[in-house]
Amino acid sequence: MTSRADPSDANLPDAEEALASLAQGMRAGVAHGAAFVGIYSGGAWIAERLAKLLPGDHPVGYIDVSFYRDDFASKGLKAGARRSNLPFDVGGASIVLIDDVLYTGRSTRAAINELFDYGRPASIELAVLIDRGGRELPIEPTYVGARVACARSLSIALSRAGDGKLALNVEPAGKA
Amino acid sequence: MNGARNPQLGPDGRLLHLLTLEGLPAETIVSILDTAEPFASIGERDVKKVPLLRGKAVFNLFFENSTRTRTTFEIAAKRLSADVINLNIGASSTSKGETLLDTIDNLVAMNADMFVVRHAQSGAPHLIASHLHATGKPHVHVINAGDGRHGHPTQGLLDLYTIRHYKRDFRALSVAIVGDVLHSRVARSLIHGLTTLGTPDVRVIAPKTLLPARVEAMGVRVHHDMRAGLAGCDVVVMLRLQSERMKGALLPSSGEYFRHYGLTADKLALAKADAIVMHPGPMNRGVEIDSAVADGERSVILPQVTFGIAVRMAVMSMIAGGPP
Repeated sequence: MTSRADPSDANLPDAEEALASLAQGMRAGVAHGAAFVGIYSGGAWIAERLAKLLPGDHPVGYIDVSFYRDDFASKGLKAGARRSNLPFDVGGASIVLIDDVLYTGRSTRAAINELFDYGRPASIELAVLIDRGGRELPIEPTYVGARVACARSLSIALSRAGDGKLALNVEPAGKA
Repeated sequence: MNGARNPQLGPDGRLLHLLTLEGLPAETIVSILDTAEPFASIGERDVKKVPLLRGKAVFNLFFENSTRTRTTFEIAAKRLSADVINLNIGASSTSKGETLLDTIDNLVAMNADMFVVRHAQSGAPHLIASHLHATGKPHVHVINAGDGRHGHPTQGLLDLYTIRHYKRDFRALSVAIVGDVLHSRVARSLIHGLTTLGTPDVRVIAPKTLLPARVEAMGVRVHHDMRAGLAGCDVVVMLRLQSERMKGALLPSSGEYFRHYGLTADKLALAKADAIVMHPGPMNRGVEIDSAVADGERSVILPQVTFGIAVRMAVMSMIAGGPP
């Protein structure tokens, strides 16, 4: 692996504990039929886990925001874009958009724009495993697993092990 | 001049123009095919549009007629939210004597961001790309939509995409390309793509008069007998018999051609049982392909057209993104 910064730099919580805390916070608020839409790739893993953890029947969808990013002109198209897949009718749906790390809010903006190209949802809520602050857009999460302070020079990444366990790591920023 | 060797790639290896598949690295080809995958699903949505090329002006410069290619490029650009301007060149300035590069300079003065060029002269898109570079306009991109007998790279890419979609691994395939290879830029682009991706067995099947000299040097095996050539292959690519380009007596008659080189169900039976049949269009039914095969269950001719839009979206967004 490449040089990995010390996780203690960001006082990262345990990912599984943050997930449990996120699920706990959502239990009372989320509609039983709400669709869970995970933003690739970390948000997709969390959406799958939450659909199992929470009561009710939650269709799971996946969204890749590559075609809606606002840095296309400066950075170009990111390699490895995936197919968005929303196997339910977005029009009229209650949607919980799910991401691993909320930072500037730009991915969330891109995801909301993309959702509207599939239809007009009844509502969109935002659930994130980690809120690291640093917003550049007026976007706030509805549900948060954990809040952390993290230097701008670092980026927080979620990984998933072979047994499905989630883990948080910090990397020097600018790689993504 | 920097980039004279391979002007379609930037110093960092990024795709700036798409002029030819010849010499394009395998990883670039694979990355275009990978990028096309998510674009393929956009055509199935309510809003068949993504905002990547919003505000960009794409000029379709077709100095030669084409319906399918021009239309699919236009759809691709529109699904990327670009503004598309179609120039009917035959009826415009060139017929009044304006040179190709003067036409380009004028369109650049109108703030063109991308040219999609089809031209009867081999090398015309390459000339335009070099000119843009030489005149300090490296942010204007060129896509070759077919030049003379030289190449038709987006058709080659959509053929590769189609083959990968149905057959997955190029390194285990036998691909037979049948017909007028001599006049076919489609065949040339596809052969370059297939060999670059490591296809072990690429065959061309045609009469001697419809094969370019030293075609074996492109890494293909030559068959003059169609039945022998089709034996055990996974993919059959039929080429259009370009009769309007056939000057002189290259062939006795189209009926005679169909008898020897037309794809019929009984000839197709010699290929593998799950072999797919492709054709770049437009088809001459009853000349190079029998209707029963063209419309049959192994034909993937119409999916090719759909995939072509996704592949063109991928190419356009890959060359247009990022700093100039």
